[in-house]
Amino acid sequence: MLAHEILEKLTARFPDVAFALHGELPSDPSITVPAPALASVAAFLKSEPGLAFDFLRCACGVDMKDRLDAVYHLYSMKVGHSIVIKVALPRDNPVVDSVSGLWDSANWFEREAFDLLGIRFAGHPDLRRIMLPPDWEGHPLRKDYKEKSDYHGIPTDRLDPVKV
Amino acid sequence: MNDDMPGVLTSKVDWLINWGRWNSLWYLLFATACCGIEMMHTGGPRADVDRFGAVPRAAPRQSDLLIVAGSVTYKMAERLRLIYDQMPEPKYVIAMGSCANCGGLFTRSYSVVKGVDLVVPVDIYLPGCAPRPEALTDAILKIQKKIKGEHWADKRRPLENARA
Repeated sequence: MLAHEILEKLTARFPDVAFALHGELPSDPSITVPAPALASVAAFLKSEPGLAFDFLRCACGVDMKDRLDAVYHLYSMKVGHSIVIKVALPRDNPVVDSVSGLWDSANWFEREAFDLLGIRFAGHPDLRRIMLPPDWEGHPLRKDYKEKSDYHGIPTDRLDPVKV
Repeated sequence: MNDDMPGVLTSKVDWLINWGRWNSLWYLLFATACCGIEMMHTGGPRADVDRFGAVPRAAPRQSDLLIVAGSVTYKMAERLRLIYDQMPEPKYVIAMGSCANCGGLFTRSYSVVKGVDLVVPVDIYLPGCAPRPEALTDAILKIQKKIKGEHWADKRRPLENARA
């Protein structure tokens, strides 16, 4: 099923939600979903027989400078089609519903997005840092991240041997 | 007994102890990245550092030599320090590859230590990305050379100077 057909199904089911399709190549076609609608839209994408998105290939976050994007790459093993779902979130309070109840793979993906970009996933069973140490300050993949001068006494800088 | 006998004795005993040390340079398998693959080759049949008495060990308490093979993150750096502290004196450290030397490819990264000499004292800096098994063999031979010139009883690092 092509992206615009998926969009037609979504708009038929959720007439109140403002979807937007971005189909330009070379990127995968994506559908933008408002943050409050994500949980119901995701459940529909998974359970609807014609769509049957049973596999979340990747969930990640992107810093778009004016906003943060949560991106979900979905694939259907049954039908063999795929779609990208994007959710735009405000930088100051990026909160979106977790989809880990629908796809188990979302659990660690969402922890990673929380770890590196600070996107909070409401309803996540175990939302804590997955790669950085638990006491790390800040979210380093944000464009405005400032590196600390040291971590537990280990300096984060090294003198340039050429300039010394 | 001749006056110079004790000196002769200690130098002979030193030589004997050093002979034992440089021919049983057991190294810890501390492979954090792709340099670890080269370290495995070094222990394998082609480079075969077994012929110099360098045998891989899985436990720091049995090791004389720590080969830091790969990039070390801040999270790992504390574990590295713990492992180093568990090794019995006298102990030696090879920083293998650019990442262990100075952060290498990840110098501008938020999570990688800019050289393991910020965490543990380093005896040999082995450049390369990744160094070939021949290079690591040479580094082990250089450690052997270092041992040959040492007075064993002096080979203790004061704890306060341990963190470089």
